[in-house]
This record gives sequence, C-alpha cells and structure tokens, in this order.
Amino acid sequence: MKPGSTGAACMAVIRRDLTLCWRRRGDALNPVLFALIVVTLFPFALGPEPNQLSRIAAGVVLVAILIAGVLALDALFRSDHDDGALEQLVLSPHPLPLLLACKTLVHWLTTALPLIVAAPLLAGMLRLDPGVLPVLLGALALATPLLSLLGAVCVALTVGMRRSGMLLALLVLPLYVPVLIFAAGACDAAQAGLPYLAPLLWLGAALVLALVLAPLACAAALRISIT
Amino acid sequence: MQTSPDHDPIPLLEARGLAFARNDEPVFGPLDFRLFAGEVVLVEGDNGAGKTTLLKVLSGLLEPGEGSIELNGEALTLARLSHQVALLGHLPGLKGDLTALENLRFATGLGGIRAGITPTLALGSVGLEGYEDVPVRQLSAGQRKRVALARLLLVPAALWLLDEPYANLDRGGIDLVNRLLDDHARRGGAALVTSHGAYAFTSGTPRRLPIRRPA
Amino acid sequence: MNTLTLWFHKFGSPPVFHRIAGRLAPWLYAGALLGMLIGLYGGLVLAPPDYQQSDAYRIIFIHVPCAWMSLFIYFFMAANAFVALVWRIKISEILAMASAPIGAAFTAITLATGSLWGKPMWGTWWTWDARLTSELVLLFLYLGVIGLNHAIEDRRQAARAAGFLALVGVVNVPIVHFSVNWWNTLHQGSTVRLIGPSAIDASMLWPLLVMALATKLWFFASLFVRARNDLLELEAGKEWARAEVLREGGTP
Repeated sequence: MKPGSTGAACMAVIRRDLTLCWRRRGDALNPVLFALIVVTLFPFALGPEPNQLSRIAAGVVLVAILIAGVLALDALFRSDHDDGALEQLVLSPHPLPLLLACKTLVHWLTTALPLIVAAPLLAGMLRLDPGVLPVLLGALALATPLLSLLGAVCVALTVGMRRSGMLLALLVLPLYVPVLIFAAGACDAAQAGLPYLAPLLWLGAALVLALVLAPLACAAALRISIT
Repeated sequence: MQTSPDHDPIPLLEARGLAFARNDEPVFGPLDFRLFAGEVVLVEGDNGAGKTTLLKVLSGLLEPGEGSIELNGEALTLARLSHQVALLGHLPGLKGDLTALENLRFATGLGGIRAGITPTLALGSVGLEGYEDVPVRQLSAGQRKRVALARLLLVPAALWLLDEPYANLDRGGIDLVNRLLDDHARRGGAALVTSHGAYAFTSGTPRRLPIRRPA
Repeated sequence: MNTLTLWFHKFGSPPVFHRIAGRLAPWLYAGALLGMLIGLYGGLVLAPPDYQQSDAYRIIFIHVPCAWMSLFIYFFMAANAFVALVWRIKISEILAMASAPIGAAFTAITLATGSLWGKPMWGTWWTWDARLTSELVLLFLYLGVIGLNHAIEDRRQAARAAGFLALVGVVNVPIVHFSVNWWNTLHQGSTVRLIGPSAIDASMLWPLLVMALATKLWFFASLFVRARNDLLELEAGKEWARAEVLREGGTP
C-alpha cells in the first residue's frame, strides 16, 4: 500500500491505536472488571434466589456492559487531544469520517469485545437461562458497535473538557435508550419462548445506518469542538 | 535564509482581509499578505497577539471570520489540503507510548513520505541517532521537538507552518531548525514561522510579518 | 422576493431584533395570560366532568398543551440550530439556546402534571406509560443541550456544539417514541394510557386548543425576553448594546 494513500492512512491509524492499546494492555481489562463489579452487586441487593436472578439476568448484563462502555468512551479521543495528535489527524488530507471510523473500530475491539467475551460469565453468575445466552450474545454483537458509534459522536462534542464524565453520560443516554430497549426486548422474547428476530433485525438495520452516518456526524462534531 | 529573488507569479499562499474573532472579540486582522515559493516569513508579535491562531487558520484547522485564503491559487478548504500543508504546533502531536520510529512511521503512513529519505535517516539528520526505539515519553522536551522536526523532513508538504519552533531547543537545535528551513526553501517550499522575538533567526534576514491584537 | 429577503436580513440584525422583540414581548405575555384565563375557565369550570374520570381529568388542560409545547419547542430549537450551523446566523444561535430552558420547563411541567394525574387514577406517583417515558427521555435531551451549552466558554462555539447536539437529538425523538411504544407493548402488565382512545368532546376540545395557543404565546414571550438578554450579553462590547443599556437606565 502506497504510504500516504487513504488505505495506508486507515491501516496506519488502526495499527497505531492497536499498538497503543497493547502497550497499556493492563488497562484494557478495566471495563470488564467494572461490569463484573456491577453484576456482583445485584445478588447482594436483590437476594440470590435463582428464579428472580434469572428473570433480570439479561437486562442486568446489558446495563452493566452499557455503563462500562460509557466509562470507557472518554479514552477514544482523550490522549490524542492531550498530545496534539488529534489536530494532526484533522489536518491530514484523508476523509476525517473514515479515520474516525477506524479509531472507533479499534476502540470497540479493545473495550467492547472483551466485554462480549466476558458476557457468558456475567450471565452465568446471574443464572441466565442457557437458551437465552446465544440471543444475548447476538444482541451484544449488534448493540455494542452501535453504542460505540453513537458514543463517538457525543465524545466528539465534549472532547478536551475536563471532568466531562457526567455530561457525557447525559448526552449518550437518550441515544442509548432505544438500543437498550431492542437488545433487552430480544432477550426477553427469547426467555419467554417468543420470536426474537424482529428486534435483532431492527438493531442490525440501525447498525448499518450508524456505520454510514455516525462517522460523518462524529467528524462534524469534532470540527465544531476543536479550537 | 534567503528570500527567493525570482517570485513565482502565483503565490504559494495568499491571504486577503483575513480576520478571526473568538467570542466576538477580534483576535487578529484584517491581514493581507502573500507567501511565495522559496520564502520564509517570520511572524512577529507579543504573547497573545494571535500568532498561533493565525497559523491554525492558515492550516485550515480554524475557519476565518472574514477574508479568504488561497493555496496555489485555489481556495483553501480542508478537503483540498492534499499533502500541501504541514503544521507544527505547540504540542508536537507525538504519542508518548510509541517509540520515535513508530511515531514517524505513523506520520508517513498518514501523510506520505518524501523520496530519498527514511524515518531512520530523518532521525539521524536531527541528531537523534540511537534513539529510534526509545518511547517518546522518555525523551526530553527538546528531543521530542527534534522528532517533530524529523517528521517535517519526512512528510512532503509545500507550506510549513511552524509555531514557535525554537522553543525548548538548545543552540544546536536552533541551528538545526534554520538549516531545515533553508533546505526547505531551496527545494521550493515556503514557511511561516512564529516567534515572540526571543529567538530570532540567526542566519539571513527573512521577511517579517508583524501581527498585533486589534485594539 | 426581494422585500422578503430584505426583511429577513433586517430581522436577523441584532439591534433590530432586540428592539422588535422588546416591543412584542409584553403583548405576547398579555395575550398568553388572557388565553390561559379563558382556557382554564373553560376547562376547569365550564367543561362537564368526564364519564370515567370525573373531575380528576381536568389536569389535561395543563398537561396536554405543555406536552405539545415540549415537542414543538424541541423542533423549533432544532430548526434554529440548523439555520445557525449552516448559515452562521447569530440570532438563530441565540434563539436556539434560549429555547432550551423553556422547553425543559414545559417538559418538567408535563411530567409533573402527568404524575399528579396518575396518583388519583392508579395510586402511584409514576407510571412507566409510553408517553410519560418518552417525555422523560425528552427532558434528558433538553438537559443535555443546556449542559453542553454551559460547559463551553466561547458562547458562539457553545451554541454551535449544543445546536449540533439538538439536531442529533431531533432525529432521535421519533426513534425514542417508536422504541418506547414497542417496549410498552412488550410488558403488557402495565399498559396504562393517560389519554384513552375515546374521542374528545367539543366542550373539552375548545379549552384545550385555547390553552395550546396561550402556551405558544407564553413561549414566544419568554423566548424573546431571554433572547434579548442573551443577545445583550453576547454583544456587550458593541456600540448598539451599550446604547441600549444606557437607554434602559442601566450601567454597561
């Protein structure tokens, strides 16, 4: 690939972000640890009765992963903003949405994918019905990229703000509610033995739309924020 | 540092009536100037006079409040940057966890690489031979500046916008910057350099562009 | 066409807007108060008690217009944000940002009155009714815009960022409505609908419409007052702003 071409630029961004994550690979487990803590707290709060737990298991796992994701969102642009690398990215001659999509992809790979891998463990701790687990994983596979893409737009608006955690959570909540509704709806349907494909298809359609539109919105938001 | 005697009819960079305001307070302007290939221009002004903002506007990072910028006769939009502009800002834009070489490889992946030079050679030219595999966070501020200068050597760009390039550098470093500017001008490039006056050019007398915050 | 664009241009100029808005605001407030008196009289006194809910339903004369306004204001805010982002018109930025708190207030009133209505009906202060839940998410959308606007120092950049957020949100509003409706049908146990599908009687309809008009007038009155203040603050350094403040007897 010719250096300086758009393909090379995307590969360079992906390779760089993966290398950076690998250099600090200890940090990559933080979201998983957080989700684990959240899930552990529920039996203490509600009692360990298996039937009760299994009814809420899918929902709790989804919410725990969602919140862990929100906490990890800040890392998407934080270090690039602090050392000036973000400016260089915006200045590069390549389409900014494409480069930001690459960053979001690596962010999903390094924060959400470990959570999906941990999901069976989390679900097991809450006595999730084994038949529902594949649906839960499918819902997570569709929902987490959506959450990353939508979250990236919101992080772009708050880039560089110190202590933006609360504001960021406020910004993403209205965007996350529909995603959570459909993901949890699919799991609930599966649990009740009802057809669960429709909400998953909605998630899939939303994901396809977001793959195209979210990076454009993210780039526009970044250009507004970067001064 | 020589100003090119034969001026290209189309200036490399032309700004007309350029002004920028933040929160409706004017930061600089209106400015009119031209930069031709082979020229190095020094932007002089006190702290807070708007030098950094001017460079950001010229690079396309910020949109001017008024006025127009033309690069090689075409209107400057971020979309048309295509390997023509390099900005060296206050922050060098290097990742601390990556080595000097990895940072440079990323830069060339993003911006392309000039013929006849490699990242290792570039590091050698700026006096960082042997530091290729050192993580940037372990380098001193001056050394990081040199890595950023190596990036300037590697990535092709006709227009260099350097914001306080002499900051953090020792005597040898200052000479290095001047040498790089000379070579760049000789190759037909142009450069706009800001300095608050403490570190003046030590070779030649470049054209000066004074800038002042409007009263 | 020429006179229209000329008028639009003039209205978009800060000093002109400041003057016109200042003159209109008191009339709008007066109209709003009058409308509310008439509408509330019609709703609270004249309209007959509901067949199913007797007198407790009367809160809809506040609840429903406020709900309508909460949505109307959001779209108004988003439209101004769009104009502000595309054409960089300062007045649109100001109008968009000034609408947000008013919209949030209407949303809060909708939620509060909805809650008050629920109590005598179903004995709980909060029901996860589809419409109320959507209103709650709408409140968060408003709070996000307000929060983002306040978090950025540069007023114009803040308006652009928060305006962009409002645009993202406006796409989200129908999505939220759709998904919350679907979610509500999933959990059949608690289908409570605050407004039943029954047709509404004419004697109840006219006070509702009068209240709807009155709340609109109130919104524009409040908006103009807020916008004038924001505009003065933003343009504090300009000549016309100083002249205005002196004229109104203040100190610049």
